[in-house]
Amino acid sequence: MADQGIHVRLQQSGPIPLDAELSCPPGEVLALVGPSGSGKTTILRAIAGLLRVRHGAIQCSGDCWFDGDAHVWVETRKRRVGYVFQNYALFPHLSALHNVMEAMLELPVAERERRARDVLARVRLAGLEHRVPAALSGGQQQRVAVARALAREPQVLLLDEPFSAVDRATRQRLYLELAELRRELAMPIILVTHDLDEALMLADRMCVLHQGRTLQSGDPYAVMTQPQTVEVAQLVGLRNVFRAGVLAHDAGRNVTTIEWRKHRLEARLQPDFKVGQQVNWAIPQGHIVLHRRDRPSRGEHENPVSGPVLEYLPLGENVALTVAVNGPDRPPLFLTIPAHAARRNGIVQGVVVGVSLLAEGIHLMPADESRTPAKPA
Amino acid sequence: MDWSALNLSLKLAACTVLILLPIGIWAGHALAAYHFRGKAWVEALLALPLVLPPTVLGYYLLVMMGGASPIGQFYESVFGRPLVFSFEGLLLASVIFNIPFAIQPMQRGFEAIAPEVRDAAACCGLSRWRTLWRIELPLAWPGILSAVVLTFAHTLGEFGVVLMVGGSIPGETKTIAIAIYDRVQAFDTAGAGLMSAVLLLISLLAISAAYFTTSRTRSRRHG
Repeated sequence: MADQGIHVRLQQSGPIPLDAELSCPPGEVLALVGPSGSGKTTILRAIAGLLRVRHGAIQCSGDCWFDGDAHVWVETRKRRVGYVFQNYALFPHLSALHNVMEAMLELPVAERERRARDVLARVRLAGLEHRVPAALSGGQQQRVAVARALAREPQVLLLDEPFSAVDRATRQRLYLELAELRRELAMPIILVTHDLDEALMLADRMCVLHQGRTLQSGDPYAVMTQPQTVEVAQLVGLRNVFRAGVLAHDAGRNVTTIEWRKHRLEARLQPDFKVGQQVNWAIPQGHIVLHRRDRPSRGEHENPVSGPVLEYLPLGENVALTVAVNGPDRPPLFLTIPAHAARRNGIVQGVVVGVSLLAEGIHLMPADESRTPAKPA
Repeated sequence: MDWSALNLSLKLAACTVLILLPIGIWAGHALAAYHFRGKAWVEALLALPLVLPPTVLGYYLLVMMGGASPIGQFYESVFGRPLVFSFEGLLLASVIFNIPFAIQPMQRGFEAIAPEVRDAAACCGLSRWRTLWRIELPLAWPGILSAVVLTFAHTLGEFGVVLMVGGSIPGETKTIAIAIYDRVQAFDTAGAGLMSAVLLLISLLAISAAYFTTSRTRSRRHG
């Protein structure tokens, strides 16, 4: 139903430029991702009514919270939003219990306490109700913030980088808890993050933002592996973006052939691009397979390219490699392989390695003159 | 020991605090929470009594409240007696010269509250009053307490303005600071010394109580 969930459209030219449109149905998690300053928090604040935007509209569960043209503006305290702030913004002088109770003022006092204890128990804080925030760990504070946000029975839950202020081990645990909790929640959940893995793990949909504009929305894995533009490709961390020309489409074999630096590469069929057209193409690192140097295998027939290792950078259990294909002055291929695989294959700087570019991972995008790597491919 | 002067000073200080408490909370909160054009000018004007010599301030207050001024005439027409050299006149002057001592610490107190905490209160559905009462006042409490103590102690000790506006009418406008001056003029150093010691003790007690309370609040909040 169109009036379920939340629908947001925000536009203004300043002071913070915005041109954003997003929707999130009930029970789903929408991740807003983008670099710092891309307007993620601004959008969240606008949804909560903490920031007034010039144009646009916000509809939530059929209620109109904001309509720039009709001069509708519902103030924050009248919108039912659950907001988990980046640093939680707990009331420092109140106990966990009273932090949660403050969000339940519509209930009678006795009822309030009972319900607040329930909500705290739901986020595994039973027994810590009387502690003030300073006497709780980072993870526990985050849970109080989530409990307080849920206590209002909100029409939308807004999470602003809720995992950024805790250590890594706690973060992993909180991911699982949130994943578990969200199954019980029936409202739309909007999660702001700059961490793509977080979006991949927790979100049903992802929306990529840059400079206040929503660039692409969709299934997180699809957005990350099949960006619509070079800009999105760069924002989702795809480093292997190159130029090529489209040679042919073969619907029977489900293949589009492109020419890249004299190599004929087969990609999955993408007939929207015309034969002869210049395109950008990208490949996620997971779709680049290193050939074994001692024992060639069958997989090597799939789009093989080779070149010397330009850079060899150990990163703990993995090694980041850059491989020069058709000359060291052209943008190299980036790939990450397990450290043991690098050792076993005797890979060091300067060694020539072969890789296969898996066809299903080769993704074409319209040519973007402004963002193409400096050297033509 | 001039008990009536001490009594008058304590009464003046208490009344000044009572009047400035709501004004300071309102103004300190507004200055901390909102940005508006000309805010720097307003802040400068409110801080003016800090830098003006008390006699200059006293002179202007005397002119402002005198029988020739609209305020003085209005007061006289309503109450049938002049505003200057009366306790009410002294109280008005005391309120004005204590404005920065009351507002500034409270403003700092409200400014110390993280803006997200106010946002969180709005997201919880708290009304402005409830936010002020349950969240902002308790959090700004150290600043408010400082303001109360500073205003109280400063009123007890003020001399120049009091002398200009109040004169030295026993029981009406003769405060302890003026009584001490009078004693010194009369070569009664023992009397002056005793009263000075009492004033010192009261001020020390007030300021220690303030420090003690704020440090306890802080340690409770920061675990």
